[in-house]
Amino acid sequence: MTVGVALRVRGINESGGRWRAVGIAVRVAAAVLGGYALATLSSVALAVTLPMARADAVLTGMMAGVAVHAASAIWVFAARSAARAWGGLLVAALPLAAMALLGQWQATGRILP
Amino acid sequence: MKTGFRQSMAWLHTWSGLLAGWILFAVFLTGTASYFRPEITAWMRSEAYRAGPPTPSAQPMVDALARMAPGGFTLLLPDGRETLGNAYWRESGAGRRGFREAILDPATGELVAGRETRGGEFFFRLHFQLHYMSPLWGRWIVSFCAMMMLVAIISGIVTHKRIFADFFTFRPRKGQRSWIDAHAAVATLALPYHAMITFTGLVTLMLMLMPWGMQVAYPGDPRGFSNEVFGRAAAGRPSGRPAPLVPVDPLLAEASRIWGGAPAGRIAVSHPGDAAARVEVLRGPEGRLSNQRDAVIFDGVTGALIAREGMTSGAAATHGTMYGLHLGRFAGPVLRALFFLSALAGTAMVGTGLVLWAVKERQAAAKAGRIGFGLGLVEVLNLATIAGLPAAMAAFLCLNRLLPAGLAGRADWEVNGFFMVWGTLLLHAALRLGGRRGWVEQFALAGLLGLGLPVLNALTSPWHLGVTLPAGEWRLAGLDLIVAALGALLGGAAILLARRQDLPARKVRKMAHGAAPAVPPTMRHGQAAE
Repeated sequence: MTVGVALRVRGINESGGRWRAVGIAVRVAAAVLGGYALATLSSVALAVTLPMARADAVLTGMMAGVAVHAASAIWVFAARSAARAWGGLLVAALPLAAMALLGQWQATGRILP
Repeated sequence: MKTGFRQSMAWLHTWSGLLAGWILFAVFLTGTASYFRPEITAWMRSEAYRAGPPTPSAQPMVDALARMAPGGFTLLLPDGRETLGNAYWRESGAGRRGFREAILDPATGELVAGRETRGGEFFFRLHFQLHYMSPLWGRWIVSFCAMMMLVAIISGIVTHKRIFADFFTFRPRKGQRSWIDAHAAVATLALPYHAMITFTGLVTLMLMLMPWGMQVAYPGDPRGFSNEVFGRAAAGRPSGRPAPLVPVDPLLAEASRIWGGAPAGRIAVSHPGDAAARVEVLRGPEGRLSNQRDAVIFDGVTGALIAREGMTSGAAATHGTMYGLHLGRFAGPVLRALFFLSALAGTAMVGTGLVLWAVKERQAAAKAGRIGFGLGLVEVLNLATIAGLPAAMAAFLCLNRLLPAGLAGRADWEVNGFFMVWGTLLLHAALRLGGRRGWVEQFALAGLLGLGLPVLNALTSPWHLGVTLPAGEWRLAGLDLIVAALGALLGGAAILLARRQDLPARKVRKMAHGAAPAVPPTMRHGQAAE
C-alpha cells in the first residue's frame, strides 16, 4: 500500500509532502542497490560472453560495470517516476541476466555456478 | 521534459555532491599530496636522505636482502625520485599482514637508520582507505563516495549548459553568484581531469567492488584471474641444493634492453642461494602511461632468460592505462606539476560546492529568521574540512619534526597527532558556529603552520632551504616551498576574511531580499548558472 503510493510519486522537484520524501528514498535505493546490482550483473554478463580471452573479458566487464553504475544512477533520478526508475533498471537487467546465464551454461554446462 | 531533466540533474548534483563532499574533499586533498609521495617520505626521514644521482648497481642491496630474506623478496629500485631502496618480503609472524619491510642504502646495502614514520604513505593510504578502520571498510566507503562524485560530475555537466562561458566567467564580491562562478570555473577548468581521476579511481578498486565476473569466468580457481593479470603465481619450491645467486646488474641491463631502454622499476628474487632461484625484473613507470605488468624472468643461477610475461591485449592495456593515469607515476616534473594543480582545482571544486550550498541555505535562513540544524551541521563540517584538514596536514609534518626520535610507536603518534589536531579543529568549528571568526582562525592556523614549516625544518634538520636551494636538491626543497606557498595562500585567505568582516553581512541581506521567493532552493542552482 505504502510502496504503491510511493512509486506513483512523480518528479523529485515536485512538492508532494512526505510522499516526496518516500519517492526520493525509493530512488536512492534504486540508484545505490539497483545500480550496483545492474553494474555487477553487466560485469558478469560481459565476462562470460565477450569473444576474447577470459582475463580480458573479465577486465572489460568490470570497467564497463563502473560506467553502468554511474549511468544507472543518472537514469534513476532522470526518470519521470520512482516506479519507472526501477522499471528501467529491470528492463536493462533482463537481457544481461540472460547473457550471464547463457555464458555460464556454455562454459560449464550448468546454469548455476 | 528537457527543463525537467535539467532540474532533476541540478537536484542530483546538489545532493550527491553535498552528502559525499566532506569525505571527497579529504580524498582529493590527500590524494593531491600523494603525487609527491616519495618526496614527502624523503622529507619526513631527511636524516636518511642520500643526495645525488641513484647508484648504478643494485647488487649491494640484493646481497644484503638475500641474507635477510632467504625465502625471497621484492626490491623497489631507486630512481630519479626515490633515492633509497625499499624492499618487502613475506615472513610468518611478521606484522603488517605477514609482510616485513626494509629501507636500504643503495651504495652499501645496509639498513637505513632513520626516524620511524609513515611518511607520504600516510596521505596515500588515507586517500583510498581512510584510517582507524579496516582497509576493506575504508575502501568501500571511499568507493561509494567516488561513485557519488562521478554522478555529481555527470549531473553537473548537464546542469551547466554554458560550460565554455563558465570557463571565463567570474563575478567577484557578489555573494552566492561569486561562489557559483568559482565552483563552475575550477570544475570546468580541469573537467577532463576530474572525470578521469574519479573514474580511474573506481577502476583501481574494481576487483574488490565487482569480483563476481572473475569468479564466474574462473570457476574453481579463485586466484586464476589475478595470477594471469598480475603474475602473482607462486614462484615454485626451493630445491634444497645450494647454488650462488647470479649477479643481478647484467639482468637489469638485459631487461632494459628488451624494453627499448626503459629502466626496471623493481626486482623480485625467489629462493636466493638455491638451485631453483628465479629473478623477475619488472618494468618501471618511466616512458609509458600504462602500469600493466611487463616482466622479464631469469634463471637465478645461470642468468638465462626464461620468459617475458605480461598481457599485451587491448583490455589489459586499457586497464593498465587507467590505473597508470590515476597514479600518474609516468609524469615528469612539468606534467606532475599540472596534475598537482588539476588535483588542487578538484579539491577546490568540492570545497566551493560545499560552501555554495551553505551560502544558499544561509540566505534562506536569513529570510526565515532562524538557522536549522542541517545548515549548522554543514557549516561546522565545511569549516573543519576545508580549513581544518590543511591545518591538520601541516601539523602532521610539524609533528614529524617535533616528536622525539626514540618515542615508542612514533609513526603511530604522528598519525594520532594528526587526528587529534583535526578533531580539535572540528570542536573549534562547532564552538564558532555561524560567524566568520572560525574561518579566520583556522585559515590563520593553517597559514602559520605552512609558513612556519620551513623555519621549523631549518631548526631541526640538516636539509633545510638554506642548504637544499643552493645545492639544487629540489626533491627536498619542493616540499618546503609548496607547503609555504599553500600556507601563504591560506594565511592570505584569513587576512582577507578578517578585513571584510562586515561587508558580507550586508551582501547577504541584500541578496536575500532580491531572491525570488517562488523558486524552491533546489532550482536556484540551475537558474543562476543560466
